[in-house]
Amino acid sequence: MWTWEPIRVRLSSLITAYWADPVLTAVQILMVMIGVILVMAFYTLAERKIIGWMQSRRGPNRVNLFWVPGLGQPFADVVKLLFKEILVPGDANKVLFRVAPFLTMIPALAIWSVIPFAPQKAFANIDAGLLFILAMASLGVYGVILAGWAANSKYAFLGAMRSAAQIVAYEIAMGFAMVGVLMAAGSLNIGRIIESQHGGPLSWNWFWLFPLFVVYYIAGVAETNRAPFDVAEGESEIVAGFHVDYSGMAFALFFIAEYVNMILISALTVIFFFGGWLSPFDGYLPASSLLAQPGFFWFGLKTLVPMFGFLWLRATFPRYRYDQIMRLGWKALIPVTLVWLFVEGVLIYCHVGPWKGHI
Amino acid sequence: MMFETLLFFAFSAVLVGAAFGVILARNPVYSALLLVLCFFNSAVIWLMLDAEFLGIVLVLVYVGAVMVLFLFVVMMLDVNLEELRKGLAGYWPIAAVVAGLMVFAILDVVVVKHLGGVSLGAAPPLPADYSNTRVLGEALFTRYAYPAQIAAVILLVASIAAIVLTLRHRPGVKPQNVGEQVRVSAKDRVRLVKMAPEKRP
Repeated sequence: MWTWEPIRVRLSSLITAYWADPVLTAVQILMVMIGVILVMAFYTLAERKIIGWMQSRRGPNRVNLFWVPGLGQPFADVVKLLFKEILVPGDANKVLFRVAPFLTMIPALAIWSVIPFAPQKAFANIDAGLLFILAMASLGVYGVILAGWAANSKYAFLGAMRSAAQIVAYEIAMGFAMVGVLMAAGSLNIGRIIESQHGGPLSWNWFWLFPLFVVYYIAGVAETNRAPFDVAEGESEIVAGFHVDYSGMAFALFFIAEYVNMILISALTVIFFFGGWLSPFDGYLPASSLLAQPGFFWFGLKTLVPMFGFLWLRATFPRYRYDQIMRLGWKALIPVTLVWLFVEGVLIYCHVGPWKGHI
Repeated sequence: MMFETLLFFAFSAVLVGAAFGVILARNPVYSALLLVLCFFNSAVIWLMLDAEFLGIVLVLVYVGAVMVLFLFVVMMLDVNLEELRKGLAGYWPIAAVVAGLMVFAILDVVVVKHLGGVSLGAAPPLPADYSNTRVLGEALFTRYAYPAQIAAVILLVASIAAIVLTLRHRPGVKPQNVGEQVRVSAKDRVRLVKMAPEKRP
């Protein structure tokens, strides 16, 4: 497997030892960010293509790249957005209007620092990794609120209020689902949460924590303001919600942050409930066989499934009404998580299930 | 070590600057945002002191939940700032006296009484497998189990009280009964009638 070590050694000899580490870390962070953004770019294309196929259309097929019709569409979009003027409404709060897109983007990228892409391959292997994810995810709401308020437009403000209330409500269900995961793993460390699920697909968390998995995924869809929970954008009622007044790259930052968050929720679903970088053949094939090795390959492959689920949901379901969203969040998802946390506690206490070593 | 010291001073400088901004900013929205910056910087400083649980929970609870609601309220309220600022200058002497007393009290308690007048040296190095989360958890669930439970109950009572105080039943509202909606079947709604064809005109 390709590693950083030779390049790190070479670069360290060039730069004075004192600055070598921060600079190299910065380079690695840049690599991951570019990787995430590239995945996001092709994710937008995949969304348009897949939803197109589901609705018996062709999807984008005009911009060719490597003789594949439509493959260059994301880059064409980027070029278009880069060349558009960023308009700032006359009565807008100029400072906050410009800051808001960054406040949406930064937390979306910051969470990737604790995501382990492969065994022992995360930027920060911190003990309270799960809490860090929750804390960073709760910051995304600031960009939304400030964008809606700073634009000084009624539509934008309505969208921001809807979105913020929705995010705050579903964060609770999401947090409770995570509590179930940490009870099963006995640790807040993301690496240990994955390791605790080893032993094949049936010992991954989704089997014993199935209700929590469903709640987590639904809450994730609602957190990212995706269909069928996209009342924050509600084209038919409030034009485009909190980012009505943004154009060009300022709009693109909201757009990128939304898709990066979708990829992130998919990755977290895989980490919490589908064993992260563990191989699905782990425990069925001998431990020395190539297919049973844990690694980035399995993590990436598994992450594609919930990512596809986001698109599938969008193509399938009509939009929820606002009071229905609130009812689902408070009266359905949260009670389900509470009941299952109790059941899980009893299971752990009675030594049922894969988690036998905790108490 | 040098780098960490540098980081500490950078974050502390931003923290103090933001704290001044909170009380000096004219726009209450800016004040709220600067307070968020304050929380964030103190969280980072806690992280650098290996108190990662406290740091992250500070961000999670105060920045992620409390300040969002504050921001909501500040944005929705249309406060007339000029009205509030009238006669502010007259309170300066009292404010200065109160602030001076508080600084004196804090110095007295922390430096003189608690530390016996000596300034803080470097903290002893923590063991390599030290986990702030684990230590706090052990303290909360064993030694301080009852105080933690009592605090939780008080919070629960407070939130129920807040809901009860603000709940109002408006007459004439027609809420949907979800159970009724779900139980609806075609038989109750549509009546198929068999009838002979009408004579053509």
